[in-house]
Amino acid sequence: MKPDRIVDFIYDEVAALDEMRWEDWLSLFHEEGRYWMPLEWKQQDPIMQPSLMYEDRLLLTVRVERLAGERTFSQKPKSRCHHLLERPRILSLGEGDGVCKARTSFVYTETRGDQLERYSGWVSHHLVEENGALRIKLKRIDLINFDAPFGNLQLFI
Amino acid sequence: MDRYRGNAKAIRDLVKGYAVHRDTYVDKEIFDLEMENLFPNTWVYVGHASQLKNPGDFITSKIGHQPILISRHRDGEIYVLHNRCPHKGVKIASEACGNTGKFFRCPYHAWSFKTDGSILAIPLKKGYEGTGFDTQAASEGLARVRNVKVYRDFIFARLADNGPSFEEYFGESLSTIDNMIDRSPEGKLEIIAPPIRYMHQCNWKMLVDNQTDTCHPMVAHESSAGTAVSVWEREKHKFTETPMAVQLYAPFMSPYEFYEGAGIRVWPNGHGHTGVSGSIHQDYDDVSEYMARMEASYGPERAREILGDVRHNTIYMPNIMVKGPVQILRNFIPLAVDKTLVESFVFRLVGAPDKIYERSLMYNRFINAPTSIVGHDDLEMYERAQEGLHSDGNEWIDLHRLYEADEQRDANEVVNGTSERQMRNQFYAWSKFMTLGMDEPVEAAE
Repeated sequence: MKPDRIVDFIYDEVAALDEMRWEDWLSLFHEEGRYWMPLEWKQQDPIMQPSLMYEDRLLLTVRVERLAGERTFSQKPKSRCHHLLERPRILSLGEGDGVCKARTSFVYTETRGDQLERYSGWVSHHLVEENGALRIKLKRIDLINFDAPFGNLQLFI
Repeated sequence: MDRYRGNAKAIRDLVKGYAVHRDTYVDKEIFDLEMENLFPNTWVYVGHASQLKNPGDFITSKIGHQPILISRHRDGEIYVLHNRCPHKGVKIASEACGNTGKFFRCPYHAWSFKTDGSILAIPLKKGYEGTGFDTQAASEGLARVRNVKVYRDFIFARLADNGPSFEEYFGESLSTIDNMIDRSPEGKLEIIAPPIRYMHQCNWKMLVDNQTDTCHPMVAHESSAGTAVSVWEREKHKFTETPMAVQLYAPFMSPYEFYEGAGIRVWPNGHGHTGVSGSIHQDYDDVSEYMARMEASYGPERAREILGDVRHNTIYMPNIMVKGPVQILRNFIPLAVDKTLVESFVFRLVGAPDKIYERSLMYNRFINAPTSIVGHDDLEMYERAQEGLHSDGNEWIDLHRLYEADEQRDANEVVNGTSERQMRNQFYAWSKFMTLGMDEPVEAAE
C-alpha cells in the first residue's frame, strides 16, 4: 500500500463528514467496521470498559437516519462540523495482515445553534482493502479530555 | 431584595401540587436556598464503599455546594469529611478519587491529617502555643460530617444536625437498592470504572422530573429509539438474532398503555419509582449461566423473585436515580440554577457473568452519554424548557395529570403509570425540606 493512498483516504473521509454526505461516509465502513470513542486513557477494551461510543454499521445507520428525521428536535437548527487534521502518521502499510494503520491529530468543531464546541485529540484508522477500495475496519477517536463532561456531541469526529 | 430567604410561606406557595411556580427552576435565590437548606436537610448519596477498597483510598463529592471528602481509614471505617483545610480553606483533595497513603497533606502550608480527619502535624507548631488555637475548631482537623450512614455499601450523609433519621427518611424505598444488590449472586456490587459525565444547561430538577416522566419517551425519543426500530425492521432479515443494542432501544417506543399498566409507586419524602408491575427492562435476553448462579445462591424461588422485580427508575430525593435491573446510578449534581452535571455510574454485579456488565455499560453509553442519541433528545427538551420558563405568559408548570384534590402528601401507594404523581411527590418533599426549621415570618405591621 502506498502511504499517499492512506492519507488521501483519511482526508476524503472527513471531507464527507464536513460536507454532510452521511450516506457516502457510511459506505466507507467495512461490513464489520466499528466507530469507537474510548472513555479512558490508552483504553484497551471497548466493551468491558466504558466507552463514549462503540458502534457498528447498524447503529451508525440509526444515527445517520436520525439526523434527517423530521422529529429530530435537537437538530433544529442542524449542526455543522469541521475537521482540521494534521498530516497522518502512517503506522502500518498493511504488510502481513493487510491492515493499514494511521494516527492523525485533529481539532474538531461542531455547532449547535449559535454555540460552537471544539474538541482535540487523535484519530486512529485501521483500513483494509476490499474490491480495490479502502474500507474502515476501525475508526478510534481519543479525545484529550475524554473524561470531561460535554454537552451534546451529535455528529461524527 | 430577598423574596424567599426566611419566608417559608413564600416557598410553600410555589408548590400547589397540580402546579409549581417557575421560580423553582429559574430563580437564583431559590437555587441558593436549595444549597443552604434542601441539600443539607436531606440524606445525600456521596459514594460507594467499593470505591474505597483500601486504607488511604478517598473519593470526593459534594452536598449542595459544599465539597466533601470520603476516606477509608486504617481501622476500616469510612469517614465523611469536609474537604477544606481548617487553616485557609484549601481543598485537601482535588481529584475524583485516589489513594493518599497514611495521611492527607494540604498542599498550601503542609498541615497534615490522618485519614479519619484528625490533625497529624502542623509545621512550626510552637507558634500556636498560648494563642488559644487549641480551643478552636481548626485544632480538631478536617471537620467530620456527623450524620453518616453506610447502607449495604451505599454511603449517604446529612449535613444538618437535626432532621429525620436515615431509616425514617428512606423507609421502604431502600427496596430498590436492596434489589439491585441482590441481583449479584454474592450480594455485592462494585464500581470499577469512571462514570460517564454529561453537562446540562438546565436546572437539576428537570432531570429528576424526567426519570419518572413516562409520557415523554414515545414522543421525545421518536427520533432516536423510533429510528432504531425503523432501521431494525428494515435490516433484520440480515440477522439471526436481535442484537443487544436493539433490545435496549426498542422498548423506549412502548405505547402509553404499556406505561399506564406498569404503574408508579410513591413513597414518603419524595422517593418513588416507575415500573411497578413491568418495565422497559423486562424483555432482555436471558444471560447464560446467570440464572444458575442466582439459583445456587438464593434458591430458585427467591432468585426468580429478585429478577422478576424489574422496576424502571427509582428517584431518591433529592438528586439520584437508581435503575436496579441495569445497575446504573445517576447523580444529578447542581452547579448553578441553570447548570447541572450528570454523572452516571455502572455497578458490576460481583459473581455474575460478564455479559451483564457489558449490557449495563452499553445501556449507559446509549442513554446517558453526551454522545447518546437518546440523551440528545432529552437535553434539547431540558434546555428549551430552561429558556421557555422565562416567558411571563404563564408562570406555572402544570402537573395536573391524574391529580386528585384530596391527594395525600407523604403517601405510600401505587398509581397509574402515566400519572405525574411522583413529580408532585418530589415537590411536596422539596417544600418540606426547603423550609425545615425555617421560622414562619412575622406578619408585617400595617
